[in-house]
Amino acid sequence: MSEIETLVKELADKHGRKRESLIPILQGVVEKERYLSDEAMTEIARELDIAAAQVYGTATFYSFLDTVPRGKYVIRVCKTISCSMKNGNEVIKAISDILKIQVGETTPDKKFTLLEANCLGWCHKGPAMLINDTPYTELTPQKVREIIAEYNRK
Amino acid sequence: MANNKPLKKVDLIFSEAFLNRDELKEVLSRSADEVIQELLDSGLRGRGGAGFPTGLKWKFTRDQKDPEKYVVCNADEGEPGTFKDREILDRVGRKVFNGMALCAGTIGAKEGYMYLRGEYRFLLPKLYQILDEFHEDMKALGIDFHIDIKLGSGAYVCGEESALFESMEGDRGEPRNKPPYPTEYGFRGKPTVINNVETFVSALIISRIGAAEYQKLGTVDSRGSKLFSVSGDTPIPGIYELELGMTVEQFVNEFGDGDTKAVQVGGAAGFCVPRKKFNDTIIGFEGVPTGGSMMLFNSSRSMYNVLHNYLDFFKEESCGQCTPCRVGCQQLFLGIEAVKRGEKPASYLDTLLKLSQTMKITAKCGLGQSVGNSFHSIVNNFREEMIY
Repeated sequence: MSEIETLVKELADKHGRKRESLIPILQGVVEKERYLSDEAMTEIARELDIAAAQVYGTATFYSFLDTVPRGKYVIRVCKTISCSMKNGNEVIKAISDILKIQVGETTPDKKFTLLEANCLGWCHKGPAMLINDTPYTELTPQKVREIIAEYNRK
Repeated sequence: MANNKPLKKVDLIFSEAFLNRDELKEVLSRSADEVIQELLDSGLRGRGGAGFPTGLKWKFTRDQKDPEKYVVCNADEGEPGTFKDREILDRVGRKVFNGMALCAGTIGAKEGYMYLRGEYRFLLPKLYQILDEFHEDMKALGIDFHIDIKLGSGAYVCGEESALFESMEGDRGEPRNKPPYPTEYGFRGKPTVINNVETFVSALIISRIGAAEYQKLGTVDSRGSKLFSVSGDTPIPGIYELELGMTVEQFVNEFGDGDTKAVQVGGAAGFCVPRKKFNDTIIGFEGVPTGGSMMLFNSSRSMYNVLHNYLDFFKEESCGQCTPCRVGCQQLFLGIEAVKRGEKPASYLDTLLKLSQTMKITAKCGLGQSVGNSFHSIVNNFREEMIY
């Protein structure tokens, strides 16, 4: 059994093999692999006995269910109005400068991906971002540098 | 109008009361008729934004004959400028579950679900811990009701109730046709009460303090108090529980920075109120309704940029299922850019206004129908800023 087959089977054992189990399984794969490969989606389809197109259709609807390879740490910076008014652009630019990647790109060592996101629900403490599931708020270019340095040490 | 009256701050939602087992037992011992009557008398309307009377929603679901019913908590808070539900879940999550238990007892449901937006996944360990205690208490009280949490994955439209059910069932979050409404055909096609996080807490509070007490707050159309998420150009951003029925002027006196030129009430899907209308616009169902999002803009802000940001948001978050919304959001976005660049005459804004009106009438769900709210109120009040 390949690694992905084992993972999908484990997740299906945990969440069930019903249609309702699909999103939790997709989330589980993303959590582990950071994205959904064609192989993973085909395997999920086989495990749940549904068409691969249905798996792909559901996966591509949700912005957190990535279908292209992502880094170990996915950075999502809020670009919605309250954060943007607090100079969210400077935060994006700072991260871009530090990691030497543009929005949408992944570092060559596959450690970080930089993305923009719609409202993260931290409008009173903008600018805000998520690194995987962890929120960071009231960001400045300096603060961002420290946070990324911390992740680099991990 | 007494516009200089200070705002009445209230402390019901976050208070530590209504959290222990004895109080829960007392609330849950009320008859279903009593709970529903109390809710109807209180005038409570949904706190997510749409404002459907909560008592009626519970009554309609209770009246359904189907023995399989569900209680669903909509914690997919995604409206730009709203963050109060996150705070409720973080600080008094137990009250939300207690409110869901009250609803379950009233309508006759044995299963409840919370749909939590993926962006709030970091709250999960805490919520599961609270749920464990909750389930212990349910067991001790001999009540057969269980709650599970389902996680979203980054889609604003899933806050629309029927899209939320689709997502919970493992599909793309595309809204269903309505009717039938969730009270009749909801999660798994069964009668379902779906309420916002804050609504469950308010229902619990009303059951505890009584409709008469709750009615003392607010106005005829907008009873009680609610949470406001305040952001933008304000020295004191944050979450505030305020009595409903204030004017925008009163709100700005409290939260503005002295230079407020507009307030966006209700998020990107809401209405923009310009300074000249602060005085006679009431924040509530009789004026401009809001799920809590209040964004202030001072005179340094370009309202073109604000609208551009909202439309960028909508064109990304439109599910793409119906043409008016899918194409409309794109065209409004491209249209204001073209006018700004001088590629289209200023009169093109009128064509766009008509388009947004068409979307209001023809879009399938609340997302497409409400794009016109901010579009109309910003373009009509700040037309010069759109052109020059």
